[in-house]
Amino acid sequence: MENVNNLRSQLTKTITRPIEKIVKLFITASAFAAILISISIIFTLLTEAINFFQDPAVTFKGYFTATRWTPTFQNPEYGVIVLISSTLYIAVIACLISFPLGLFSAIYLSEFATRRTRKVIKPVLEVLAGVPTVVFGYFALNWITPNIIQRFIPGTGVFNALSAGIAVGIMIIPTVASISDDALNAVPNSLRNGSLALGATRRITSLKIMFPAALSGIIASFILGFSRAIGETMIVTIAGGQYPELNLDPRSAMYTITSSIVNVSLGDTPHGTTAYNALFALGITLFIMTFILNIGSDYVARKYRKEYE
Amino acid sequence: MLPESIEKNMSNETLITGKKAENAIKESLFLFTLYICVTIAILTLMTLIYDVLSTGITRLTSDYEVGLITKIQIDNPVDFLTTLDSRYPDRAGIGPAFAGTVWLMIIVVFVTFPFGTGAAIYLQEFAPKNRLTRFIELNLTNLAGVPSVIYGLLGLAVFVRLAGFGRSVLSGGLTLTLLILPVVIVASREALKAVPDTIRQGALALGATKFQAVFRQVVPSAIPGMVTGMVLGLSRAIGETAPLIFMGALTYVNYFPDTPLSGFTAIPIQVYNWIGYPQAEWRETASAGIILLLGLLLIMNSLAIFIRNRYEKDL
Repeated sequence: MENVNNLRSQLTKTITRPIEKIVKLFITASAFAAILISISIIFTLLTEAINFFQDPAVTFKGYFTATRWTPTFQNPEYGVIVLISSTLYIAVIACLISFPLGLFSAIYLSEFATRRTRKVIKPVLEVLAGVPTVVFGYFALNWITPNIIQRFIPGTGVFNALSAGIAVGIMIIPTVASISDDALNAVPNSLRNGSLALGATRRITSLKIMFPAALSGIIASFILGFSRAIGETMIVTIAGGQYPELNLDPRSAMYTITSSIVNVSLGDTPHGTTAYNALFALGITLFIMTFILNIGSDYVARKYRKEYE
Repeated sequence: MLPESIEKNMSNETLITGKKAENAIKESLFLFTLYICVTIAILTLMTLIYDVLSTGITRLTSDYEVGLITKIQIDNPVDFLTTLDSRYPDRAGIGPAFAGTVWLMIIVVFVTFPFGTGAAIYLQEFAPKNRLTRFIELNLTNLAGVPSVIYGLLGLAVFVRLAGFGRSVLSGGLTLTLLILPVVIVASREALKAVPDTIRQGALALGATKFQAVFRQVVPSAIPGMVTGMVLGLSRAIGETAPLIFMGALTYVNYFPDTPLSGFTAIPIQVYNWIGYPQAEWRETASAGIILLLGLLLIMNSLAIFIRNRYEKDL
């Protein structure tokens, strides 16, 4: 009995070694850092944004109704609608490119490609996903615009929404393709085999059986792709230009939320000025938009996922 | 998938009647569409790489073409990597930006690795399964989806202003840390998840405490996976441009940073700078910068794959 007690006290000694306590405290704190980061993002964006709206030069109504974004002009106007519409416009162009290309690539990878082709194409998509956005921006400005856009649509400016949108679309192809591919692969093989056994062709099986079965994952990938297109910064800053008024011409320059954040911060913006605070107002606008989309993507993936035995 | 023979029979039969022949055409058209989509994605990547290589190579290789009038000042990788930026495109090197990126990488590794792996170990091995843990996980998923430019604003408010680090390489490194932390935590958790439960249970059965089992058995076998995740996170960090703009990295910095608190510029920022000049010669310099950036990423990704293959034992 005494032996056992000795052993136990020895054991408890090892358990309560101070270094263990410190390490455990450290790793627990690291995990909680995730919450801390989220809180500080919301807190910093909100406080500075509130400062922005308290500025007499800005009104909440003006922020949402003015049709020009000219914070550095003599008579500054802060019409965020200009920026939001440009952002959505370019994001929609990007989606028109990336949804079909990404989805069809995913269908090819999961339904038609042999294991060998898959082994080649998957890494290529991963490389495409790893290309820094500044490189895509360079590509949009120096290759897509002169070689594609200006060749087929003469008279397009150097900076235009179309080439920025196309480049953003190319950037999010891997996102759409890999999530859709995962969704298609999650559909049990029995469904595919059953359809083929009943005499359906591969095309019918892909479109009428696999596509609907994986729809929740595919829609989730679309929403996530759209969210990434909205938050993309460098491509639109480099190739999209800065046109501070409301316009819907894809050949002209536009001014997205992200590129105006970059451009406002490029000028010397001392702490406390309206321009500095405007950064954070734009930041929270962008944060809310992407946050809703990300939550939506997660929700669709969870809620409408069909459970298969 | 069906056996080949049955499939062949099916397609033979479909050719018999007109309706079925039409089906066969639709079938090939569909497959053709899929091919086109995959090809476009691959071709775009190849075009991008080809364009960058063919434009930027003049800054990295000597040109002995006869009748060349202007001598190109920077014509090899070593000069390009060590020379300061310049007003003349053919004399501009990427030295300070390269040094800045190295500084950033060092800071990011030293801060991200302990926090990232620590959080992963806690969440995977120690965390109780309750609402709080679920909330942390939800936070991590959401943070991974926050646009990088928002992290730049956070870094501007917290590190540059609040902590008083100013527009320095330290602020930049810490901002990038926040950016890749969620990615690194998720990757490290995957590495821990891959360690078979028998190892935990074996250690516990031999009388190890939970702490000993985790830190002496589980974590060591997950290290290769964790390092791989770290390298991949790091390769994302060095390609990031937007958050660093708020750290003042875009102002003309033409010196090598010597302390964590000195001003800095980084490779992607320098490339962005060069892209902004309208003259065609700058395109070549910018392309050379991109070649360097892509080369760096290639090395890091190869390193990640190497570590994964070399040290990941079959458990």
